[in-house]
Amino acid sequence: MGVIVQRRKLADALTAALVTTAGGLTACSGSGGDADAQKITYWASNQGTSIQNDKDVLTPELKKFTEKTGIEVDLQVIGWNDLLNRIMSATTSGDSPDVVNIGNTWSASLQATGAFVPFDGETMKSVGGKDKFLATSMSSTGVPGETPTSVPLYGLSYGVFYNKKHFTDAGLTTPPTTWDQLVTDAKKLTKPGGKQYGLTLAGASYTENSHFAFMFGKQQGGEYFDDKGDPTFVTDQNVKGIQQYVDLLGKHKVATPSSAEHTTTTDAIADFTSGKASMLMGQNNTAAGIEAGGMKADEFGVAPIPIVSPLPPGGEKINSHVAGINIAAFSGKNEEGALKFVDFMTSKDTQVSLNKSFGALPVTQEASQHPDFQTPENKVFVDVLAKTAAPMPMIANESQFETTVGNGMKDLIARAATGKSVTDADVRKTLENAQEKMKSGGS
Amino acid sequence: MLAGIVMSVLRLNVFFLRRWLEAPFVGVENYRLAIDVNGGIGRGMLVSFGVTVGYTLLVVGLSWLLGIFGATLLQRRFPGRGVLRTLFLVPYAIPVYAAVITWKFMLARDDGMLNHLLDQLGITDGTTFWLLGDNAFASIVVVSVWRLWPFALLTLMAGLQSIPDELYEAAEVDGAGMWQQFRRLTLPMLRPVNLVLVLVLFLWTFNDFNIPYTLFANSVPPAANVITMYVYQGSFQTWNFGLGSAMSVLLLGFLLVVTLLYLVLTSRRSRHA
Repeated sequence: MGVIVQRRKLADALTAALVTTAGGLTACSGSGGDADAQKITYWASNQGTSIQNDKDVLTPELKKFTEKTGIEVDLQVIGWNDLLNRIMSATTSGDSPDVVNIGNTWSASLQATGAFVPFDGETMKSVGGKDKFLATSMSSTGVPGETPTSVPLYGLSYGVFYNKKHFTDAGLTTPPTTWDQLVTDAKKLTKPGGKQYGLTLAGASYTENSHFAFMFGKQQGGEYFDDKGDPTFVTDQNVKGIQQYVDLLGKHKVATPSSAEHTTTTDAIADFTSGKASMLMGQNNTAAGIEAGGMKADEFGVAPIPIVSPLPPGGEKINSHVAGINIAAFSGKNEEGALKFVDFMTSKDTQVSLNKSFGALPVTQEASQHPDFQTPENKVFVDVLAKTAAPMPMIANESQFETTVGNGMKDLIARAATGKSVTDADVRKTLENAQEKMKSGGS
Repeated sequence: MLAGIVMSVLRLNVFFLRRWLEAPFVGVENYRLAIDVNGGIGRGMLVSFGVTVGYTLLVVGLSWLLGIFGATLLQRRFPGRGVLRTLFLVPYAIPVYAAVITWKFMLARDDGMLNHLLDQLGITDGTTFWLLGDNAFASIVVVSVWRLWPFALLTLMAGLQSIPDELYEAAEVDGAGMWQQFRRLTLPMLRPVNLVLVLVLFLWTFNDFNIPYTLFANSVPPAANVITMYVYQGSFQTWNFGLGSAMSVLLLGFLLVVTLLYLVLTSRRSRHA
């Protein structure tokens, strides 16, 4: 059987080759090129109705910057589910952009990497000085008392958007003001047969999930970190806060089941504009997405997210975090060009133009006084930001709270959507796992 | 690989990302975390390992069965054989990301083609989740088999080509039917090819990252949380690359041990044959 022997030899050789090339996961790394003084790379976060919409809005402004300074801007817009990983990978590999947008809640975590230009006295002056910005926005730029490594760019807070016609049809004249009312109204708005639900959620977005865990945890009297910055995830209050959110889909069945597959707010907006859902809890830039989805400005209203009433012991009147987007410059790249760009992006005209286009709030004293931002809808978000918003913990481990708790909540929401009950014990276990993961990667 | 082993003994987290050579040495701490089944991370890894074993057995088994069935059918000449061969190889030829993203669209709950089809046929009410909950396991198995079986088909077709026709003619003269020819002639003659094919299918499937990552993005249901995704999450959810590397090294070690055992056992059986 010579043929078989030959074939076996061939097989053994092939096997050996395959075994030597088969391996586990490997990390890749890139390398940064030389900084070109007349060019910068800018990673923008997805603020508009789509990645393309962001490009369309930003490109004219970037052209103005190029005309003014001669510096070309290479723009890349990155979705929220990838942005933090992209930034972290860039800090590791050194293959980073010059300027990047960051979720302001990540400020302290990214500050800890040492990868960003610190806005100390002189640097801060070069972008207009600390007093150029609103104090609320400046509260989310890093660990208190330490030099910030980012400055505010867009201001955001949460509200609940509602379909006025759906409300009228259901005999509802005003938006809900307490959490119980929200649930009751949502039940009235939910029709049999799955054609219409009271709410839609971005249940597969870890960032959204973690924001709601934080604000509802606050309402229940919970804290995710103690004064020393150590995690305190596993408390009855935090469990109740998460249950408050997950129950919309599970216990009360008033949220679209497909919420569990929505990885972005844009997916949830599609439910809202198509009439599949009557309410949507989102940040102020959601309004632009709703209008882009075909609803006219007078067809929907906005109100503060209802708060649990009466508040349990220790509970706080919190229905948003101090949300927003900051802008930061990577160290060791084209720092001079990057700082000129940061100054431009936070100048009055650019602030007015971009915040109007993205439906966000200006973060500088001058731009926030502009008449275009004094509308009743904007007043809802400005009031929330001023009176009932709390900054996310400004500690180095904050971003890990978002990824561990936010991703854990995805599973809970998926369980609820697929008809499985989500008990207090399930939520507690999720928080225990999240805390263990966070501790393993902690300082 | 060496970098991964070095990283696995360091506390390489977010604070040391830019200066990872300065990360503190922690010895086997990351390994202890990864295999401590009393802790959430170790327990999760064990569950994920179990899911991966089940997933791999099903994908390899089904891919091989479909491959051998297809190769046997396509062995004899008939009109349209070339067209069928080409058609069968399409899943393997198109880029994996494009293919799996298409599957993802088809499996979506609200506007996916599968639910629409099942609803139209009256089989379900069209509201089944295919990418969440327990169904996610079936989805990942189907997509992986769809992607992998053409490779098995291609390899086995090549193997069948090398079996002389005279042997089949002789077997027919001796009165052997189709099944007997397959069992007593095709399978033994294909043994060397099968040994390599099964090993390659096993390694590729156990180690596959592209399909689960593309199908579930960053939201992996527990039922389909295969080990590569678990390692990825262990690394990227908290940027704890020390722990992620330890998990990777354990995975690599397991695959090497299984491969060596497989080679030893199969070569022994070959010698005794």
